[in-house]
Amino acid sequence: MIASDTTSELPSARRRSFLATYGVWIALAVVLVALPYVLNSGLAISTMCLMGIMIIFSLSYNMLLGQTGLLSFGHAVFFGLGGFLTAHAMNIVRVTGAPLPLEVFPIIGGLTGLLFGVIFGAVATRRAGTAFAMITLGIGELVASSSLILRSAFGGEEGISVDRTRVLQMFGISFGPQIQVYFLIAAWLFLSVAAMYALTRTPFGRICNAVRDNPVRASFIGYNTTTVRFLSFSMAGLFAGVAGGLAALNFEIVTSSAMGAAQSGTVVLMAYIGGVGNFAGPIIGAILVTYLQVMLSDVTGAWQLYFGLLFIGIVMFVPDGIAGLVARQQPVLVSGRLHKVLPRYLTALLPGLLALAGLSMLIEMTYQLTVNAPEGPAMSFLYVPFDASSPLPWLIAAAMLAVGLWLFLKAGRLALEAYGDAVEAARGNVR
Amino acid sequence: MLEIVFISTLNGVLYGMLLFLMASGLTVIFSMMGVLNFAHASFYMLGAFFGFEISRHVGFFPGLVIAPVLVGLIGMAVERYGLRQVHRHGHVAELLFTFGLTFIIQEVVQMVWGKLAVDYKVPPALDFPAFTLFATEYPAFKIFMLAISIAIFAVLLLIVKRTRVGLVVQAALSHPDMVGMLGHNVGRVFMLVFGVGAGLAAVAGVIAGPALVTQANMAAALGPILFVIVVVGGLGSLSGAFVASLLIGLIQTFAVAVNVSLADILGDTQMAETLSVWFSDIWSVTVAQIAPILPYLLLVLILIFRPRGLMGNRES
Repeated sequence: MIASDTTSELPSARRRSFLATYGVWIALAVVLVALPYVLNSGLAISTMCLMGIMIIFSLSYNMLLGQTGLLSFGHAVFFGLGGFLTAHAMNIVRVTGAPLPLEVFPIIGGLTGLLFGVIFGAVATRRAGTAFAMITLGIGELVASSSLILRSAFGGEEGISVDRTRVLQMFGISFGPQIQVYFLIAAWLFLSVAAMYALTRTPFGRICNAVRDNPVRASFIGYNTTTVRFLSFSMAGLFAGVAGGLAALNFEIVTSSAMGAAQSGTVVLMAYIGGVGNFAGPIIGAILVTYLQVMLSDVTGAWQLYFGLLFIGIVMFVPDGIAGLVARQQPVLVSGRLHKVLPRYLTALLPGLLALAGLSMLIEMTYQLTVNAPEGPAMSFLYVPFDASSPLPWLIAAAMLAVGLWLFLKAGRLALEAYGDAVEAARGNVR
Repeated sequence: MLEIVFISTLNGVLYGMLLFLMASGLTVIFSMMGVLNFAHASFYMLGAFFGFEISRHVGFFPGLVIAPVLVGLIGMAVERYGLRQVHRHGHVAELLFTFGLTFIIQEVVQMVWGKLAVDYKVPPALDFPAFTLFATEYPAFKIFMLAISIAIFAVLLLIVKRTRVGLVVQAALSHPDMVGMLGHNVGRVFMLVFGVGAGLAAVAGVIAGPALVTQANMAAALGPILFVIVVVGGLGSLSGAFVASLLIGLIQTFAVAVNVSLADILGDTQMAETLSVWFSDIWSVTVAQIAPILPYLLLVLILIFRPRGLMGNRES
């Protein structure tokens, strides 16, 4: 039904060289292969495995939010169901001895995601906008609570365990060591990212954008917006299922928390923090959020609060996310005014960091006095030991926050002016 | 049997009225501002915890007034300095702003009051059985909850139907742009409505806190139910939200009281045995066990058969 000739190139687009077209992809492949040799600690490799899975998951989410304009709060359903079906398939294969190598199991997750994407999409995509968001939330809750009732299918609280080494082994790869799993995830990551990128370049991908930007016009020119949303929803389910299947292989266990509201919320955060308007945004977001989840939770007990504050900050001040922020610097480079803008950015950054330190000190002291109360008021912040129950550190922290914020706002205004000048200059150059 | 029906009806209406205290604010905010306030259940939670803290120092009844006022002020601040700032980035950003707010409120509540349930007690003045029916004592506090929610409902109805502010709110429900063009300060109306909505949710929190569990996860548990009510009732329909609140309140209380599974209904026939092998999981699940998912089932069914919701008149 979607067959139109939108392949005609823009006039300015010349036939690009091989390297310009595929260079990014070759670089991505090289980076994926080289990473485990550069960062070769056990923690780094298992973190990168998790990042790879989350990149697929958040990119699949962005097919909805970024490309079709559908805000879903139940995307983890496909991730979790994909994981569960993959786990069941692995256990069945182990019992029956069917000749299926581990490498293909994420496909099972993907097909599961697609199947449930079709089923739930038929209900959810009848509506768009806020109603769609609430419906996906309801579906997410429905599936997550059902999974705790249907014990034999979802394993109740314990979940379903698998053993990834007990299926057919090809080329003598046992998938016992984490590094082998890393390469499996990296291969699937490469395939999925390439496939999802390719999808954005097809006429279908363009029509998704049209439905996002102006559904009324899209339907006037003859496209059924419900069908477009439905197809996009199903495809997003497919890739989320692949990510879920990979998670099942990686952790060797799937529990119903994999499709809970928290997981659905995490993917919203990842995609939005990274930036939904840019294909690379969710990749950045997945890497950053996973890193913060792994590292920050070691440093402070209040890490989820920082997380919420980061998210609110992005929503309020940088609605196009980190990728959008970076992309907006392009005119600065074009106009050749980086040497003028960059110092302004740095002068704004320093008081910003001061304010951040003040805020985080306030949070940490509150945390010490409430949650960590049994450990007493003695604590240290940035390696400086002090007593959280005395008023002096509170005054210092409040002063840091206030002064930092005031200077940041002043310096920020100057930085924005410099940025504006650079953009003007870039426009002048183009003309 | 009659006892169960009577008590469950009473409990169901009570629960439904509590839900409506929250859903009414949510619906009015949504209709006027186009923002689905994700943090609405968080205001309910804040109300419960503020009420708890105040009841420890001053007593329950001052808390019933102070806590909603405080939460209402917080709500106004959120609208004035948060939502209005985000408004220019579009509805998705607004929705995500309130979504992020739920994270922050939950974390702050956990930091201040801990993850475990706090000991929010029914005030001694109301801690006696109101009446005894079929050997079941019905607590006076529940009657008090019912009275409070009905009183607030009546006052709200009067304000919306009989006062000038109510008239503006009603007009803004259906024609927000026109209200602004007629010279009303739409920004201030929005702030007021947001604050009142948050305050109403907090009232629900203060009176539900002692009866239910006051815990840091109470917002996450209740939030999705509120959205179900708003969709089932029809987006932007106040009367729809009322009907849906009562419906969900009654469904959930009755389901909890019914301890019947498929196995009980179909008995020991030959066919039942074959079926039980195939549907081993859902065979022995009782209606009481599936009570938590019934609202979501209702949501999906409504969407299939009546996408506008029970009383909705606009599509989105």
